[in-house]
Amino acid sequence: MSAAGAPDLLERRLVFVTGKGGVGKTTIAAALAILAASRGRRVLVCEVDAKGTLAAALESGPLRFQPRTVLLRIDAMAMNTEDSLREYLKLMVRLPVVARVGPLARTLDFVADAAPGVREILTVGKLCYEVRVGHYDLVVVDAAASGHIVGQLSAPWAINELVQVGMVREQTRWMTEILADPARTGVVVVTNPEELPVAETLQLLDQLADAVPVDVAAVVVNRVLPELFTRDEQAVFDRLREPAALAALSKRAGRDTERVLDAAALAVALRRERAENLLDLQAGLPPSMPTLLVPELFARSQGKRAVMQVADALGEELG
Amino acid sequence: MAPRRSRPRPETATLEQLLAAKEVVVTCGSGGVGKTTTAAALATMAAVHLGGRVLVLTVDPARRLADALGLDRIGNIEHVVPPEAFAEAGLKPRGELWAAMLDTKASWDDLIRRHAPDERTRDAILANPLYENITSQFIESHDYIAVERLHELHSSGRFDLIVVDTPPTRNALDLLDAPGRMEEFFGGRLLRWLTAPIRNRVVGAASRPFLNMADRILGAHFLQDISEFFVLLQSMEAGFVTRAREVSRVMADSRSTFCVVTTLETAAAREAAFFVDQLHRRDLHLGAVIVNKALPPYLHEEGPAASAAKLHDDASAIADAVAAVLKAPPTRIGRVLIEVAESFDNYAVVAKREAEQSTELAAVADVVVTVPILDEPVNDLASLVRLGECCWR
Repeated sequence: MSAAGAPDLLERRLVFVTGKGGVGKTTIAAALAILAASRGRRVLVCEVDAKGTLAAALESGPLRFQPRTVLLRIDAMAMNTEDSLREYLKLMVRLPVVARVGPLARTLDFVADAAPGVREILTVGKLCYEVRVGHYDLVVVDAAASGHIVGQLSAPWAINELVQVGMVREQTRWMTEILADPARTGVVVVTNPEELPVAETLQLLDQLADAVPVDVAAVVVNRVLPELFTRDEQAVFDRLREPAALAALSKRAGRDTERVLDAAALAVALRRERAENLLDLQAGLPPSMPTLLVPELFARSQGKRAVMQVADALGEELG
Repeated sequence: MAPRRSRPRPETATLEQLLAAKEVVVTCGSGGVGKTTTAAALATMAAVHLGGRVLVLTVDPARRLADALGLDRIGNIEHVVPPEAFAEAGLKPRGELWAAMLDTKASWDDLIRRHAPDERTRDAILANPLYENITSQFIESHDYIAVERLHELHSSGRFDLIVVDTPPTRNALDLLDAPGRMEEFFGGRLLRWLTAPIRNRVVGAASRPFLNMADRILGAHFLQDISEFFVLLQSMEAGFVTRAREVSRVMADSRSTFCVVTTLETAAAREAAFFVDQLHRRDLHLGAVIVNKALPPYLHEEGPAASAAKLHDDASAIADAVAAVLKAPPTRIGRVLIEVAESFDNYAVVAKREAEQSTELAAVADVVVTVPILDEPVNDLASLVRLGECCWR
């Protein structure tokens, strides 16, 4: 849970953005990067699952392991555990034979299939390493979805438990120090005001609190529908669909007016349903948890433009 | 193996016909598209209209849906949805609806119990620290266990139709590849290497650096732990491999079909198209693409758009004209009309984009059925049937 005295979200060094699939995790990660950069911070944004959605959101073209400047003060990369292992071996083990180990991908599959947490540690390790070397003020991670984030974040602790000796044990120590420090690391859980994402968010917060000593910095509720009517206006709207009113309206605005009213009724119903889910979410969150609301954009723009609108909304929420 | 049809026969042009003709229906798609609800709705419709014993094997239903199916109480073991629940919803099912939840850990434990050669091996595996890690944390194990469980239930012959809701896979391929990968794993060099006692490993010049490196990085003790675990697992190889082959066979069988569930959001539709392509490549049967939560088509028609524009532009004049009928202040009516028109425009933008996605999806699959967005949550039998009726025939 958001620790007392923890710094604001954008003041941290490492932010993991997670959430149920389909809620807009990547958009929020990209928007946080853009917002932080607009406030003068040098940002690295990293896509973990290599689906290419971050590249699409930033309109950056394909991303690779090697960070590349995509916007002012923003570098972007795509995680690749094989490259991460290669870099690790080069930096830490200083093995001259690395080149002769054979195709690293095959070797890695060997180890990763057998030893739990190897892929996760290579991912989290690289991100912690970037924090440690300090080329960037902030590392934003478009992280694993809520089903896997606990496994990903807890990998250094799990490995630390499993591995009794060796270099890895040494290295998991500084990783856990960075991860467990609320001044440096925070998790952002993205959700929608819909039943399943809300339930999954509350469940995830419990799991994180139980299993991983990483601070949850904020919950972002994406795609909040606008309120259409005040109570008085709602009363007027409800009566617009009565036969006499509808006839009067249709006479002036055409016979498809009823369809327009149907659409508004659907919008009201959807909003009402989401508002209830939002209340459920807020009731389940600890009162100290910062909750940021991002409005539904109605797909009017996509890609970078949409992300910038979301960044603006987040900026207003963060103040 | 019988030659596969690349196109459904005419008699499976609707979901009703498809479900009547098949024994296994696997629903797949990316997260958040309503896959679990759709699987539950298909199974409910089959139980209501087609009869027989229908099972929905689900992964992680929303609480209220789980309540409706009685899954909160029973979980991993399949059980019948009581007839009273149907009666309450005003339904008279011709058959029985059964439901079960997929509990990965419990299913793995079952599997180990079934295949372990003796008690000692069984207990050693269940107690191994790596076992829990591998079975509970790694998504591939969810995929494998889902198809494994499906096979077990299918071969039991207890059900006429099984609808399987798949776990949200990181990659749609995982599920299809899981049995093959399991077989490969047991047959592969990796397992032999892992299970050779460390001192006896035939270390060629090429792999010595790797071994040294692995020891340096991970510590010999850890490698020993891994090694022990896989020695135990290897004792079950025959059972696992046979099983994996059978599971693959069930998926490719002509009695099985796949339904790809999607919404018309860009990312979900892209995943759906990708999945359809993968099914074709693997010669697996695509029964239907089910488009969920679609906005009503009138949102991208010209007539309503013109009416919305008039309501917006002439709001105050129209408000004055209807004020007498409504007995409300014209300014308030004017605000309502403008809000109504703007809301229409908002949704029309989304609907237009959805229509484009829909056209693209229609090009990749023969059977595309559309379920409109419902303005109430789908969380009981009656609402499952309402959803089902939208796409059944």
